[in-house]
Amino acid sequence: MLDLAKYDSLGAALREALKHWPEELCLIEADRDHERSRITYRQFGEVAEPLAAALEESGFAAGDRAAIMMTNQPKWLISAYAVFFAGGVLVPLDYKLSASEHLQLLAHSQSHILVVEYPLWRAISQAPAFREHKLRTVIVTEAPPNADLAGGLRWEEFHGARAPEFRPRKRMDAACIVYSSGTGGHPRGCVLTHENYLQQCSAVTPVFPFRPGASYLSIIPTNHAIDFMGGFLMPFTGGGTVVHLRTLRPEFIRDAFTKYKITYMAVVPLILKNLQRGLREKFAALPPAKRKMLGALIAVNRALTRRQPRPGLSRVLLKDIHNAFGGGLEALLVGGAFTEPATIEFFHDIGIPIYNGYGCTEACTAITLNDLRPFRPETVGKPVRGMEIRIVQPDADGIGEVSVRSKTVMSQYLDDPEMTAETIVNGWLMTGDLGKVDVTGHLQLFGRKKNMIVTAEGKNIYPEDIENNFEGIAAKEFCVFAANYIWPQHTMTGEQLVLVLHPEPGNTIDGALLKELSRRNSQLLNYKRVSGYVAWDQDFPRNAAMKIRRVILAGQISKQVNRSAMVSL
Amino acid sequence: MKTIEQTTDEILNLAATHFKFPRAQLHPGDDFYKKLGIDSLQALELLTRLENHFGVELPDYEVQGVSDFHTLAERIQARL
Repeated sequence: MLDLAKYDSLGAALREALKHWPEELCLIEADRDHERSRITYRQFGEVAEPLAAALEESGFAAGDRAAIMMTNQPKWLISAYAVFFAGGVLVPLDYKLSASEHLQLLAHSQSHILVVEYPLWRAISQAPAFREHKLRTVIVTEAPPNADLAGGLRWEEFHGARAPEFRPRKRMDAACIVYSSGTGGHPRGCVLTHENYLQQCSAVTPVFPFRPGASYLSIIPTNHAIDFMGGFLMPFTGGGTVVHLRTLRPEFIRDAFTKYKITYMAVVPLILKNLQRGLREKFAALPPAKRKMLGALIAVNRALTRRQPRPGLSRVLLKDIHNAFGGGLEALLVGGAFTEPATIEFFHDIGIPIYNGYGCTEACTAITLNDLRPFRPETVGKPVRGMEIRIVQPDADGIGEVSVRSKTVMSQYLDDPEMTAETIVNGWLMTGDLGKVDVTGHLQLFGRKKNMIVTAEGKNIYPEDIENNFEGIAAKEFCVFAANYIWPQHTMTGEQLVLVLHPEPGNTIDGALLKELSRRNSQLLNYKRVSGYVAWDQDFPRNAAMKIRRVILAGQISKQVNRSAMVSL
Repeated sequence: MKTIEQTTDEILNLAATHFKFPRAQLHPGDDFYKKLGIDSLQALELLTRLENHFGVELPDYEVQGVSDFHTLAERIQARL
């Protein structure tokens, strides 16, 4: 891989990568089972640089912000490179958000430019708040020939006339603004510097050594820190190939393993469990004798790989399974949310090395990574290179809040000094997660200290952010909590949201109110919905500014009612 | 050419069969994630079933953000 210590910015490192491996395969784009294109690093530059030139000619200046809103595909990476080349700050937005949330984050990030896929732009241009947007230029990809672009320009025709000027940036300049969550009035825009990314990339690449010929299947949305690192910076700085499928359907993902001989893939726990379910069904359908033989081989493989993975041996022992994964798979990285140890163990037993990790956008992706030496599925591994971990105020069992210090920790939350000061204390990032470090240096997690949940799809949900959706309901007051925040369980599983409802005096929670709650709840994206409600008959504690004192309220609730008081919605 | 009502009805029938859910309890305005209790990957399974049934291709990015049967029917109808 490139020696990233030599470069001051992502733009400079990526530019060098294009020069370093001009004829190596850079990107493959497939639409399900039809391959659309494959391009080398040289060809990547030939497409990206005219785009950078057009950005510059449009008045885009160094330090200006450009948002990207696209599903995983080559134009995402090409556009991002063009933005870095022109000295811009990239704002990768989650394509799964609603149109109104997109508009909210575009305004919050003060993006000058938006690069967007046509179906998403169509939804945004029909949203009520569309007229208020302040974007200077919108570049729309893959629009049908006669589509109304609502003032946007076609990506495919957006080329500059002259060669672009490469604009250098300093290491401590902002590279990206990444929203770790929050669209309900509390956007958390993590300002990550070039230094953050270059450090993280150098720290993680030794575990996943990309090189020409190594390929990565890009499944996790590229706006997510994991795919941005594993499906862009790491393969590019190592000369590897990124494969985009344009679909998340399991049948095409399975075929891609063999078709493209995938070396690495990052997944969220939801996808890993789906792969596990598919394999279990196949095992169960085997004739009894074959199933018994497979069970014996898995037991042998398990015994021989406890101390460290032995991919060569596992491939011989369990040839058919490994062939179904393409035969060249070196690692599956799972992150974004807590993964049950039993799932990790299932894959480890069949010789597919699963590297589970722990991290957050605020720390520029990975904090710890399980190096499988030895296999410890109940932990999230050891700190990555350059990462210091401290457990704050540990209890008698050694469990306390995980705090970290590293060159990968973000500089700030965008335009939010108060939240930045609460989160980064004397140079230490307070993660809000509870954990302990054992004698071998492995970190084990035990739930969250903060009022937040993470879904199996890797989405961070802050309860305050969904309260807007219940405004105006016929109740005196209400508040949303993470259930584990009220009733701590010291576990990372079973996370759900709960609505605490204080009815008007003399009123009860009747059928009409329940119907309305259910209606409002169903308007939320599926992973943001509350699971149930708790009826509460006392006034909420509030501060002088009338803001709910959530810590005190959660304490009062946990003393008076237990989790079984939750009624499903 | 099918009407939007026919398309919606066929989607509801297929969803009920695929997820073993009582057909009478499914309605066009229902949110399929919530009503069927499915995750995003199971929703993709349903899309594949619908594609095979209607003989159309629905790219994932075209149905991004769609969560109710009626809107899904509109997207399919536009491709019939």
